Amino acid sequence: MEHLRESIENIMYLIGAVLFIFGIKMLGSPKTARKGNFYSAVGMLIAIVVTLFDKHILTYEWIIVGVLAGSLVGAVLAVKVEMTSMPQMVGLLNGFGGGASTLVALAEYYRGMATYQTALQSNPSLTLLEHMPYQTTVSIVLGILVGAVTFNGSLVAYAKLQGLISGNSIRYPMQHPLNALMIVVTLVIGALGVMDLNNQWYFLTVTILGLILGITLVIPIGGADMPVVISLLNSYSGIAAAITGFVINNNMLIITGALVGASGIILTDIMCKGMNRSLMNVLLGGWGTAPAVEASKDKKQVVVKSVDVEEAAMLFDAARLVIVVPGYGMAVAQAQHAVRELMNVLEKKGCAVKFAIHPVAGRMPGHMNVLLAESNVPYEHMYALEEINDDFRNADIALIIGANDVVNPAARHDQSSPIYGMPILNADYAKTVIINKRSMAAGYAGIDNELFGFPNALMYFGDAKDAVSKLTNELKSMNN
Amino acid sequence: MGDIVMLITVFVLACFVGVELISKVPPTLHTPLMSGSNAISGITIVGSLISAGIGEMTISTILGVIAVAFAMINVVGGYLVTDRMLKMFKRK
Repeated sequence: MEHLRESIENIMYLIGAVLFIFGIKMLGSPKTARKGNFYSAVGMLIAIVVTLFDKHILTYEWIIVGVLAGSLVGAVLAVKVEMTSMPQMVGLLNGFGGGASTLVALAEYYRGMATYQTALQSNPSLTLLEHMPYQTTVSIVLGILVGAVTFNGSLVAYAKLQGLISGNSIRYPMQHPLNALMIVVTLVIGALGVMDLNNQWYFLTVTILGLILGITLVIPIGGADMPVVISLLNSYSGIAAAITGFVINNNMLIITGALVGASGIILTDIMCKGMNRSLMNVLLGGWGTAPAVEASKDKKQVVVKSVDVEEAAMLFDAARLVIVVPGYGMAVAQAQHAVRELMNVLEKKGCAVKFAIHPVAGRMPGHMNVLLAESNVPYEHMYALEEINDDFRNADIALIIGANDVVNPAARHDQSSPIYGMPILNADYAKTVIINKRSMAAGYAGIDNELFGFPNALMYFGDAKDAVSKLTNELKSMNN
Repeated sequence: MGDIVMLITVFVLACFVGVELISKVPPTLHTPLMSGSNAISGITIVGSLISAGIGEMTISTILGVIAVAFAMINVVGGYLVTDRMLKMFKRK
């Protein structure tokens, strides 16, 4: 009877895992994505319900308290968050997943110690090692560690993106050797814990060191590298879940954790390629601080031409193809709705409008697409770098809104530039490049952009939202 | 020993499935993908529920209840926010 019950439980878990796989598969197309997310949620519901019938669960009062409290907080956060804050939101939620894994691993340690005493009564010759084999205890240590790093690392990433602490790279002497040393020490203490299960302090120390590591590993990463951190932490939370699976001997957790782990790693890789940086390079910090000094040292005198709204409107009025390059500046100014308005007016005039989206535009992969979708830009209008880069030659206007580094031609030829080798959008190949910026300030990477001085480049100064709205109104008022 | 090898086998194969699945997702959907897979990482709720439901108020129960709350924030918040984003992806 017990055997049958266990089989049914495992089959239900399998169904849940299959639903997750289908769900992710369906996330591959905007047409089916929403349904895919729903299937995945159903998979989760099945997993939860099946677990509630597990033979180890004896009381439900506290479960209900935890479920209600967590659901309420999660729902409120999800409903209230603004689309521009999505990266820190995803980071924060991710952290809770990692935190849960740490707590489960710790709980399993204490449970194992407690059940040993009971097990001894029926089998006096049972040793602690037989009761808690290495598989379990090693998994517990790793689960505690990875979960704690994910939890605190995510909180730091959240605080950085939310502006609670400086978003810049924070560095101090001996940072990397100290981090490396701390990782080694943590692993040694973990190993000692595995050898001496009776001493709970080994396990608690690993927890504390994991939490500290979460801070010290993320604090040196700043600025443009934040998307990489977010997707890397996403991967960690999956790995933490998979380790929890090893702790409690559950295939479903292992499969699901592996899926999430893979997703984080792939997105991390995409982001790194988008910036032409290696993962190691990002993790050790860099960018954003040093380059700024370098750039100001040999500042070339860039002569820029600027346009006012009337001139700009005339150019747009004659255009047949406009490619918009949105950057985070657009998102900060909440200008995405004004941009869509401009798109509508241009399309009415028979001009095609496309959006060129750099892989690192925004604060996480694909963030810009979400912001544009929020303002009702159809997804068929959004193009990835490799899809659109050849089109710039045919474009009458490349309109750059609040983006800098992703269109900086220095990436192609200037070997001394920190962004050398990074794939960029070929906006400079358009007949006219109109750059909307508030001022001549440097972009996120802290370097000057030679594009602004190009003969076909025109600066259109002003706050993105305000400037784009004025342009739209001017275009509307032109009779043709 | 056979047990752990089996679990590792499952882990490795699932990693390959994950890589296959996720490489096919277009950049447009990368943010929802991340938040959706993030919600899935809340699967650790399975472990949390067992820890929280052992009965008797022990340290495991306390840790388990907090874990349940954390995992539920991850799960509920993750799925809702992903749905909110995906709702916006419309065709012309």
